[in-house]
Parts: sequence; C-alpha cells; structure tokens
Amino acid sequence: MTVNGSAKEHEVEPRLLLVHYLREVVGLTGTNIGCDTSSCGACTVLLDGESVKSCTLLAAQADGADITTIEGLASGDQMHPMQEAFREKHALQCGYCTPGMVMAAVSLLKEHPNPTEAEVREGLEGNLCRCTGYHNIVQAVLYAASPGSVPERNAGSVPERNLGVSA
Amino acid sequence: MSILGHEVRRLEDPAMLTRGGCYVGDIPMPGALWAAFVRSPLAHARIVRIDTSAASAAPGIAGVYTGQDLGCPEHPAVFPHLKPEWMHQPVLAHDQVRYVGEIVAVVVSEDRAAAADAAELVEVDYEPLPVITNVEESVTDQVLIFDEAPGNVIATVEAGPGASFEECAVIVRQRMVNQRQSGAPIEPRAAIAAWDGERLTQWASCQGAHPNREFLARAHGLDVSDVRVIIPDVGGGFGSKGRLFREEVTIGLLARRLGRPVRWTATRVEDMLCLPHGRAQVHEVTIGGTRDGRITAYQLEVIQDCGAFVLFAPILINSTGRMTTGVYDIPNVGYRGRATLTNTAPTSAFRGAGRPEAAAAVERAVDMFAAEIEMDPVEVRRRNMVPAFDNGYTTGVGTIYDTGDYERALDLVVEAVGYESLRQEQARRRTEGSTRLIGIGLATYVEVTGGAPGGEYGSVELLRDGRVRAVSGSTPTGQGHRTAWSMLVAAGTGVALEEVEVIHGDTDRVPASGVTGGSRSTQAAGSSLFVATEKLVDMAREEVSRMLEASVEDIVLDVQRGAFHVVGAPARSVTWAEVAAAAPEPLQAVSDFVPASSTFPFGAHAAVVEVDIETGRVALLRMVAVDDAGRILNPMLAHGQVHGGLCCGIGQALFEEVVFDEDGNPLTTTFADYGIPSAAEVPSFELVDCETPTFMNPLGAKGIGESGSIGSTPAIQNAVVDAIAHLGVRHIDLPLTPERVWRSIHTAALR
Ligand code: FES
Ligand code: FES
Repeated sequence: MTVNGSAKEHEVEPRLLLVHYLREVVGLTGTNIGCDTSSCGACTVLLDGESVKSCTLLAAQADGADITTIEGLASGDQMHPMQEAFREKHALQCGYCTPGMVMAAVSLLKEHPNPTEAEVREGLEGNLCRCTGYHNIVQAVLYAASPGSVPERNAGSVPERNLGVSA
Repeated sequence: MSILGHEVRRLEDPAMLTRGGCYVGDIPMPGALWAAFVRSPLAHARIVRIDTSAASAAPGIAGVYTGQDLGCPEHPAVFPHLKPEWMHQPVLAHDQVRYVGEIVAVVVSEDRAAAADAAELVEVDYEPLPVITNVEESVTDQVLIFDEAPGNVIATVEAGPGASFEECAVIVRQRMVNQRQSGAPIEPRAAIAAWDGERLTQWASCQGAHPNREFLARAHGLDVSDVRVIIPDVGGGFGSKGRLFREEVTIGLLARRLGRPVRWTATRVEDMLCLPHGRAQVHEVTIGGTRDGRITAYQLEVIQDCGAFVLFAPILINSTGRMTTGVYDIPNVGYRGRATLTNTAPTSAFRGAGRPEAAAAVERAVDMFAAEIEMDPVEVRRRNMVPAFDNGYTTGVGTIYDTGDYERALDLVVEAVGYESLRQEQARRRTEGSTRLIGIGLATYVEVTGGAPGGEYGSVELLRDGRVRAVSGSTPTGQGHRTAWSMLVAAGTGVALEEVEVIHGDTDRVPASGVTGGSRSTQAAGSSLFVATEKLVDMAREEVSRMLEASVEDIVLDVQRGAFHVVGAPARSVTWAEVAAAAPEPLQAVSDFVPASSTFPFGAHAAVVEVDIETGRVALLRMVAVDDAGRILNPMLAHGQVHGGLCCGIGQALFEEVVFDEDGNPLTTTFADYGIPSAAEVPSFELVDCETPTFMNPLGAKGIGESGSIGSTPAIQNAVVDAIAHLGVRHIDLPLTPERVWRSIHTAALR
C-alpha cells in the first residue's frame, strides 16, 4: 500500500489491524486508538481519500490502497487548511482525538463543501472528544469550509438562535 | 499592551496537528515486553486456585505471574491517613477479589497480542461470596466487604450545626441519585517501566509526576531519588488519572524481575472497568422555608459509593460538605456524608470531584422548593443569595468563600437566555397542546478550586542565548500549559513567546510537583511563574545596573522591546541576551509563592430543553453559561475549558451512567454502551464572560477547569422537570434518559 505518498510493503499477520500496522510496523504513531468497539474515531485515516476507522480494517484488506494519516496531510511546512482551522479555532486540547477528528473533517468537507452546523455535527458523530465539547471543532470545520462565514472566535455566542428547532 | 488577557493561539498545536502528540503509547522502547492482565470476572469471591500452566506454555510467553509469585505486594495508599490500617490493598488480588476487574494475574510477552491471548488461558477457581453493589443497602450491614468495617462505612464527615425544620411553613424532601460516571479520557491509561540497575524510570499518563514517583517509591521500597517519572503528552485526565494505578506498580515489578522494560496500554474495556469512576452519591435532601420564598433550613445527607477500596471517597464527601449551601445564605444547615464500601471499582475524582454533587443537590432542592410555593425559581434564587462580597464570606457549614457576585451572574444568564420570552413560548406550547414542550432550567453555583494547601513549583531561568526557561511543577493533560506559561513569562520579560522554553512532567528536570487537579494550575503554578518572573527581572536589573553603571532603582525594563535601560534614557538599552552574556552565572529565580487559601469561582448556567412527551426524549436546545473564574489569562483557553466542562455536565445530565447488575457485573464496559456525548448530541454553547478577581494570588485568578461541569447538570435537570412539571412531575433522577422521563410522565399521570 501507499502511506502518505510512499510505497510500503510488509509481510503481516492476517489478523493485524490497519491501525496497528500504521503505528507499529510503519512507525506512524500520529493515529491513535481510543476504544475496542470502533466507537471513538481516534484511529480515523483516509483510505483512497475517504475516511475510515483504521481499527475496523485488517492491514491486509488495505493491500494496494492509498492511505493518508495526520502525518501526511500538510504539504511540507504548509499546514492543510483543516489543520490551520483547528489551530485558529482552538479545536484541540489534549490532542488525542485530533488526528482522527481532522481526517474525518477533511473527508466531510470533501463530501459537503459547504455544510451547515447540523451537518458538521452529524458528520462528526463517529468521532468522540472528551476535552473540547465539540464547540470549537464545529467552528473549525465551518471556518475551513468558508473562513469568512465564521465570526472571530469569541465567547462562542451563537447569533440569533431560533428556538423552534423542531416545533 | 500586555498579551495577558488575549486570545493567543496555542504553541502546542503545530506539532500535535502535523505529527500527532507524543503519548506514552507512542514512545519507542526497543526490547520492551508487553503485559496483559487477568482480571476477576466476579464481584466478590475467594480465590481458591490459580492455574497458570496453560498460559505459561503458550507461544512467545516470557512469564505468567500471580500475586503470590510477586510476593503479594501492597498498593500504596493515596492518603495513608484516610485508609484504615486493616485495609490491605493488594496490587494483585491473591486471596479474595472484591470487584469485577480486579487484577489476579499478569502475562508478559514480546508480542502484545500473544500476551492478551495467553491471559485468556489462565484458569482461576473462585468460591463466590455474597455481593453488594448498592450503597443504600451496603450500610445495612448484610454483606461486609471487609470484616473490620461494620456497615461498610469507612469515613463520615459532618458539617454545620444540623438543620432544624420546626419553624418551616414549607418542607420538601427528596432522595436524589448523583450517578456514577466514568472519566473516559479518550487516551486509555498506558505506562512503561524500565530499570537501569537499581533505578526505575516510568513513563506515565497521569496528572502529576512527583506524586506518582512518591507512590512508586513506596510500592517498590525505594528512595524517591531512585525513581524517575516522565509524563509525555496526556490524552485527557479529568481527575481519573490523578493517582497511581496497580498496573503501573505491577509492570515495574515485572521489569525488574525480567531485566527488560515492560509496557502496558489499557483497552477501553479495562479503562471502563478500573479507571476510577467519579460521582456515585445518593442524596437525601430536605429544604424548608417560608411561603414568601425565604429558605430557612437545609439538610443534606450523602452516601458516597467508595467502591471496594479507599482511593479518594473521603475527600469527595468532604468537598461536597464544604459546598453544601452553594450560593445561598442558609445558616440553619446540616451536612452528613458517609463513604461506603461496595463490590464495585473504587471511585475517585472526576471533573468537579464532590462539588458538582453539592451543586446538583442544592440547585434541585431550590427548584423543588420554588415549585412547592409556586414561585419563579429565578425569584427564589434572588431572595436567598449571598449578597456580593469582596473580602470573604463564611457559610453555614463554615467554609470561607473569597469573593463573589452571584446575583450578577444570575442577571447575566437570565438576560442572555431571554428568560421572559422563553416562558411565553413555554406557555404557548402548553396551551396549544404541543407534545414537544419547552423547559427552562437554571443553576447558580459556587465551587472551590485549588491553591491550598501548598503552592506549585515554578522557576524561571535566563539561558545563555537570551531565551528563558520556565520550569513548572504543574503538568498538563490538554489545558494548554505551555501557551499559558509562555504568555506569563513573555508578558513579564518582553521575551518573545517562542523564546520561552517550558519544562514540566519529569522528576529529573523539575524539582517538585503536585497533581493537576482541582482547577489549580493557573492560580498555583501560574502565580508561581508570575512571581518567579518578577524576581528574574529584578536580578537582571541588578546586572544591568552594573553594566550601565547606574543605580538599580533607575533601571527599567521596557517589555515592549524586551530590553532594559536607565529611566528616561531609552537610547542605550541592554537586551536579555546581553544580560545573559554578561552575567557571571546563569540567572535563575525560584518562586516562593504559596496561596493563602482556596478560591471560589462561581457562575450561572441556563439550559433550554425540548421534551417530547410521547417518547420521553430530551433535546438540549441551548446551553448558556456565565462562568466567573476571576482574572482570565487567555480567554480562548478558558472558554475551551468551559466548553469541555459543559459537555461532561451534559453527559451526566442526559446520557452517562456506569451501571452494575445485582451480581456486580458492569454493564457499561465499552463506548458502545457507555455513551459520552458526540457532536450530534450537544448544541453550540453560549458563553458570557464575568470577571470578579480574587485576592488570593497575584494574578487574581480562580480555577476554570471544572466549572462547566458543575452548573450544567442541574440546569438541564431543572429544565427537564420544568418542561413537564404541569403534568405532575416533581423530580427525575440522572441521567434523564427517554425511558426515565417517559416513566415519570406516566407515573405522574396515574397519581
Ligand atoms: S480506536 Fe476507537 S474507533 Fe478505532
Ligand atoms: S482534544 Fe482531548 S479528546 Fe479531543
């Protein structure tokens, strides 16, 4: 398979998960593991451009695929716009969910280049974060989609809430 | 213009965003063996026999060990004075198990998966014992977890004179459950132990290096100087990683015996089983007062589930007791908290640790009292709040708050949420016969944050190249310490942010440290660095006075330029680098700051919910938060802390509960059955700033790490009850699952 643009070839045990392959065989530890039930999304990477939870896939299943991890997102010194947006909006604290969250967000914008707040929230449902309360993550994704549309980061007040959400 | 108070972007982020953080599990350790633990599947049983032969014979196994094999080591008590002397806490259970998940054996292998496979092959014969998991039944003495503790009670805390209700026109009583929660940091626990001769180095995912070193030294019978603890990036802690774990002691024993490093990374199941849980209290609340809204009596009885061993529960009931009366002026008050053993995993601190429980009790009680006398809960709060004070206030239970302006927080939240128009909307939906009803809930809270006892180590050193090194005892678990500390030093010296090097989390590089907990970092460690920075500037001024041959009183620092000059003569200036080059030896200043006492942040949270009365489903529409933590160093970081706290509080209100069945089997062992909130389940938050400084430290700062989780839970609970109160619902316990809400609507209808 190709990982972050470079070809990788290894003989692996059939039961080796892609996430363990990336972390232990290839040595890319940016991708994290947070659960055993494919619930948390900390292990999210891009496989042929689409986000997948790398703990749900065997390394062997990704044979021939093109994998991008957090380490492969920036171009040289230039952070990817989503990485920039996460920094700008303070969308990470401990950083553990972050690699997965960023990859999920990149894939989300590819499918919905101009998402609403609700679409961002639903799109990231499979990625858990215990630190940020998601507020700034959502702001970051909206900002990455369209920097002009998001107000300066402030107390997080939401302008003009419409109460009758579902009435 | 100082950078303090500004939204400085984090210095931590570029590395974390491009390479990922460096957590314990990411540290390469060639030659390390993997440990896998065999855990008790029973909640209470005698161990009859452990057969390790099949596991030992499995391929690639370096060893299989029971507690006996390792000499039945004792786990060091967190607070030796709180642990009864008769209570043995074995690192590995060898005669009896007392909760599901307790370690009974450990397998070591070159290969992580092989170790886990072989752990399954260890055969343990148990003789089951009767089980008790319910705290209220536990105190009745039917089953003893330890024979030495009658009623299973291991600590009692009382506060206040004890409330008398004789003169109350109105009395409301309620039993309330403040359910057990898991800290659930997304990074599971992990550790590595490596010996170099007689010296142990451990890498830990924890909240304080020196406390961990101290416990490890005690566990291994070593001098503290023979133990080094290194904390790399930590993927969240929230109190749950505040103490040394048994697994951490075990891998040190194994590494010594096998002469190779040993590492362990918990699975999520292991963390759900044994990472200490928080909350876990049952309350009996009695509130009384007059028909015109004056609260005149309040009694809070708490039973704290301690779990099967003493970790932190005595501290929890103490914290709850200290905060019994919250923001209200109620001299006629009583508190009694009891910590009780059960056949469950031990409990410890979780985001708030005793204070959210106190706030939940009193905030629900005030709403119930308001409902009983048919008065608006905002009005009842207003009539009973402690008036604004700036120089101490002593509560009915004897706690001394520093500064507060509770009514202002209440006013701000009422205004921001648009209280009056929400009440109209609520009435409209009710008259229209809508099945989706609106509820508005408030909670006004005060809490207590760190500082005392003791300060936090802080030193600032001028390096030879003009950069400044800050060494702090406080270690982060995601809060952004590096940014905050760099800001403090940069603001005080004029050195560029990037020129400040921050060191923490390594006992060989930091002389002393405490636990990052109780929201103490900024006020304790931040204040230390602030003081040390001032000292360093004074030392530099002395040096400059020699260089410029002027008297030291005349030397001033221009922080905009990061250079010194003689007052009134800025043309001839001396930079930090020049001071560093000229100084005969490196300049280093160590803080001597010790906070005089704790600080008491406060605030008001408002929740707007929509309750679907046909399904019982609660949608949280809005969460408005006013949090006053005194002076704020970096609002961006502070708001981030509030956001995270709110989300934990929402989790407690609506989703999260660690559940055991009657036999003590945990039913919530994965993220599939323990639901921490996802982005789709919480709204964007609306924060309103409020700053009432404290006089307890030079920064004027109080803690902000836990506030979010304190008001939000009762605010949501109050909102849900408020939405359906007209249907006869008085109270619903946490978490407010659709089933619970639906049942209470239907039970009320039957009455
Ligand atoms: S590790 Fe949790 S989803 Fe993959
Ligand atoms: S930043 Fe810590 S889990 Fe998301």
